[in-house]
Amino acid sequence: MIWLDTIVQGILLGGLYALFATGLSLVFGIMRLVNLAHGDMIVLAAYLILVLVTGLGLSPWLAVLIAAPLMFVLGWLLQRVVLNRVLGPDILPPLLVTFGLSIAIQNALLEGFSADSRRIPNPDLEGASVALGPVTVGVMPVLTFASAVLVIVILNRVIYGTPLGRSFRATSDDPVTAGLMGIEPMKVFAVATGLAMMVVTVAALYLGTRANFDPAIGPARLIYAFQAVIIGGLGSLWGTLAGGVIIGVAQTLGAAVNPEWQILAGHLAFLLVLLVRPRGLFPRARD
Amino acid sequence: MSSPSAPWRATTRTRTGTLVALLALALIVAGLVLPAFASRRLIQDLFYILTMLSLAQIWNLLAGYGGLVSVGQQAFVGIGAYALFGGVILGGMDPLLAILLGGAAGLVLAIPMAFFAFRLHGAYFAIGTWVIAETTRLLVAQWKALGGGTGTSLPRAATSDMMGVAQVAELFGVRDAAARDILAYWIALLLAVALIAGIYALLRSRLGLALIAVRDNAEAAGSVGVDVRWLKWAVFLIASVATGLTGALIFLQTARISPDAAFAITDWTAYVIFIVVIGGIGTIEGPILGVLVFFALRSTLADYGSWYLLTLGLTAIVAMIFAPKGLWGLLSARTGWHLFPIRHRLVGPTGD
Repeated sequence: MIWLDTIVQGILLGGLYALFATGLSLVFGIMRLVNLAHGDMIVLAAYLILVLVTGLGLSPWLAVLIAAPLMFVLGWLLQRVVLNRVLGPDILPPLLVTFGLSIAIQNALLEGFSADSRRIPNPDLEGASVALGPVTVGVMPVLTFASAVLVIVILNRVIYGTPLGRSFRATSDDPVTAGLMGIEPMKVFAVATGLAMMVVTVAALYLGTRANFDPAIGPARLIYAFQAVIIGGLGSLWGTLAGGVIIGVAQTLGAAVNPEWQILAGHLAFLLVLLVRPRGLFPRARD
Repeated sequence: MSSPSAPWRATTRTRTGTLVALLALALIVAGLVLPAFASRRLIQDLFYILTMLSLAQIWNLLAGYGGLVSVGQQAFVGIGAYALFGGVILGGMDPLLAILLGGAAGLVLAIPMAFFAFRLHGAYFAIGTWVIAETTRLLVAQWKALGGGTGTSLPRAATSDMMGVAQVAELFGVRDAAARDILAYWIALLLAVALIAGIYALLRSRLGLALIAVRDNAEAAGSVGVDVRWLKWAVFLIASVATGLTGALIFLQTARISPDAAFAITDWTAYVIFIVVIGGIGTIEGPILGVLVFFALRSTLADYGSWYLLTLGLTAIVAMIFAPKGLWGLLSARTGWHLFPIRHRLVGPTGD
């Protein structure tokens, strides 16, 4: 019974990691850009929500609705002003630029908010739980998982059912030919990064309401997100969810054996998958 | 030298290169005798600069020449440092000899790491090395004999009986602690010089030519007979041993270790990358210039805490966008200087 409980908790934790990873997966799939500042972007969005909640007295849900468009604009600008300039066959420039961005965001947040742990207040649902068959689960973890599924359903709708999504897929397959068909890859990239930042805002809501956060926790979230993306395989959002669940379950199982082994178990699961399937479980696009 | 019978030959020798070699020799000698005049503070600063220079040269060899963008170099610094502490505390070795253990540990970790990471390419490789470094940190934190997650210190007895300390203390008339710093500084100087000379010799050799060919176009290099896979293994293993040695040396000087400090991605990888990028990636001069800029920034902005790192991050972004070849690239394009010439030029019978 304890094992079933552990596995269910792990799956739900996987929902959080999938939320961290979905924006990354989208950007990575479309422009092969590795955003090493992704984790710090999540933390940045969490502080934005925190400011809206504590400063204006809004409910966290309303704060997300305000923060998401702001983050879209931020992502759009970042892509247009900075990242588009360094995209190319050489992966080093974007990697280094986003690495610099990661350090810059962390320290800007440190300067603005100090190193204290913060939490987005969410009095209605904190600690609430429901019985789900034989196991009892928290309401927040269930909401997180449901949000991850919803985000992926919506993004897949956009990618496979709209003109915007068609331009995403075309640019992902072959940016040069897509350009000949009247698509401007640089504009498509900017919209994609903007969308990814909206997903980041949703991830930030759950990051910030479920546990404490501080300016330094971004890189660890980035690792979990990347593990989920790579396990899932490039270009498959459902694969990313599966990857998140694998990391989540491995972590809770590891923690059940010895609390010190939680993160280690996640890493080992990741390395194991890589050993067997270097391109991930459900690769859709070529990298 | 204009003998008409002298054949045409390819050479990397230039007049600037020879001049720089002489100047470098003078600098090295000056560096060796410096402890006779310098304050302990200056020696410690120079130690930091030299070890960061070593790490930067190694990362530059990996990423700038080998095309292996690793974000997991802290794994080798950490494992090298822990090997030293293990050798001293558990094996009763002399700390000076135990530095070699750091290089061996780097090699031992590099083999499984390369086995995993070389299955990955480009960005996947970068993330893979990072995850392996994190895994190593978490595993080392389980090593209770060396303090687990909280870490440990080198025993006082081992550090004060260290080989050479007594002689250095007597030679300069300083206390044991200062003598240890001088000794560590000398080793750092030798390591940095050996690394730069070694990398320079490597790049001028056949192997270096193959390496640069692979960086520029792996398929084309493969088609003219370069064994790409073997070459990447060789570069990765060399870099791992050198990083392990440097890591052991760094923590020999601090004499205190913890998993978080020894495997810190900011200290041993982020800073190193910034040094290389700001100085100029893919050149030997770049990291040298970069480490000086880095240290100047650090000294001037040290009192401003996080503003310093914020500036460093933004500087790296600006450098990558507007000067992708770094400061040295700007300087070299303007002046035509190559302090460490590696180009094979054809020199004719009429000489130069």
